[in-house]
Amino acid sequence: MDYVLLTEQFLNGFQLGIILFLMAAGLTLVFGIMDLVNLAHGSLFMIGAFVGGTLALLTGSFVIGLLLMIPAMLVIGILVEVTALRTLYPRDHLDQVLATFGLILFFNEAVRLIWGPEGLVVPLPESLDGIVSLGFGITYPVYRIFIIVIGLLVAFGLYLLVSKTRIGMLIRAGASNRTMAGALGVNIPKLFTLVFGIGAVLAGLAGLIITPITQAQIGMGEDVLILAFVVIVIGGIGSIRGAFIASIVTGVIDTLGRSFLDVVLLLFLPANAAESAGPAVSSMLIYILMAAILFFRPQGLFPPKGAG
Amino acid sequence: MGALKNPANLFTALVLLIFALTPVVAPLIGESFYVTVFARIMIWAIAAVSLNLIMGYGGLISFGHAVYLGIGGYTVGILAFHGVTSAWIQWPAGILLSGLIALVFGAISLRTKGVYFIMITLALAQMIFFLSISAERYGSDDGLNILTRSDFGIGFFSLNDKLTMYYTIFAILLASVFVSWRMVNSRFGAVMRAAKSNDTRVQSIGVSTYRYRLTAFVIAGMMCGVAGLLQANLERFVSPDMMNWHRSGELIFMVVLGGMSTLFGPVTGAFVFLMLSEILASWTHHWHIIFGPFLVLVVLFARGGIAGLLTRRCERD
Repeated sequence: MDYVLLTEQFLNGFQLGIILFLMAAGLTLVFGIMDLVNLAHGSLFMIGAFVGGTLALLTGSFVIGLLLMIPAMLVIGILVEVTALRTLYPRDHLDQVLATFGLILFFNEAVRLIWGPEGLVVPLPESLDGIVSLGFGITYPVYRIFIIVIGLLVAFGLYLLVSKTRIGMLIRAGASNRTMAGALGVNIPKLFTLVFGIGAVLAGLAGLIITPITQAQIGMGEDVLILAFVVIVIGGIGSIRGAFIASIVTGVIDTLGRSFLDVVLLLFLPANAAESAGPAVSSMLIYILMAAILFFRPQGLFPPKGAG
Repeated sequence: MGALKNPANLFTALVLLIFALTPVVAPLIGESFYVTVFARIMIWAIAAVSLNLIMGYGGLISFGHAVYLGIGGYTVGILAFHGVTSAWIQWPAGILLSGLIALVFGAISLRTKGVYFIMITLALAQMIFFLSISAERYGSDDGLNILTRSDFGIGFFSLNDKLTMYYTIFAILLASVFVSWRMVNSRFGAVMRAAKSNDTRVQSIGVSTYRYRLTAFVIAGMMCGVAGLLQANLERFVSPDMMNWHRSGELIFMVVLGGMSTLFGPVTGAFVFLMLSEILASWTHHWHIIFGPFLVLVVLFARGGIAGLLTRRCERD
């Protein structure tokens, strides 16, 4: 097998993993702390892409658009939490699934009304447009490296925030015992709003940084959302570390499966069977992985400590 | 007629009456297209009844139930594509395949509970959805046209006849409600409901709830597979969109809207849900902007769905 192609595809998988992590981190925080299943997280991914993309086009700079997107998504996230989701915390998961499903329909249609049905094209920022050599004859687009670096920085920042700061301590306290933390004087509703805002920013960031590659489209967050579900099921709900590892594993396996599975199948299948089975099996690969992991560890690979 | 004093039952009776009489009345008022509209609604109602079996009575929130519509539908489509049009092969194959896939998916997902279960059923359904998209031979995204409807080989009984098709669907809808009534009121149903309210307690008296749930999951999958067979025959077309996860969400909604764990709730739920969609869609192209918040409001303020609302009013009077 060609090692240049293999490395490139590996990096592509890693980059998909980074996008998944940005989504899964928010989802798993919101679920772990507030016990809320939020399907509309995919809508936040889409809104981040459209709002950030518009800001980038207006200011003429992708980086400024990205920086402006962060406070914008924080505000949007807080608005969504305060107006719609807050009432759902005491409800059961079914109500949460249904209400956030309703929100998805609303957000998709709202985006269609504002930006039109054809979506939004955001060009690659010029400074990041190009290909860089990584040695050994391997070349890779600068922009994809930019995505990987941003993702790793955010992952590290999130780790610092959760494990080293006072806010992180409150978040962990709220996650392990809401009532007790509240009794000790933590303003739980305010903390929830903040955590949801952070989740919204992460989802919006993921949506925006992938947009120059895929374009902003209506419903773009939904496939990513379901992949992020797979990720947090594999990683263990509520665990950021689990979400990170599972994201990268999922991203890499999915990407490598799509590019190399037909080659692997050729080893023990006739050519035409391998060619037709390749795409079918590779699209199922990560779900098979999820099923296998659940079979042995129903709580996921890294269930958070103290969670029941 | 005491049962009809309850407005919820009255509403159910009204919906069933509409279903029963549409082919007679619709041509008289010159609105024949309603026959197809209601045939479509009844197919969704069958799927909703099947979901209610596991969700309403078993507490299992399956977010991938529409996948069995796709399995049933694609069985008809793919067999017809290869020239096998006999209903005596297509229908058993579709039902068996739905049951088999429900067995595998259930065996995996029922090992987990709560949110994990929701996400896993969603992910597994998504797997089949992507499989259908990657099947280039069978039309991928564009779907698959079905040239000939299932052939029962009986002269006077042909699904090409509009009325036969309509009343076949109607009969199967009534049969599916009957099956769920029999199931719920059997020992099997009692275990399901007991496991829903307290799983540990049922297990501690020596009943394997996993096996009961898996059985219910498979039956529900097969019943929904039948709805898929019917849909493929009605539309003469199948596509991956049949098992788009939005369809699964809509199915859950129909059940909740009509009233979970009530016998006819899924039927009235499907009726109201789809009629409302039709009406809103005829007002504006952007009807989801009204429909989305409507769904949120139903969840927030109308627990128990239509059955709950109507019954509560009745009790207050």
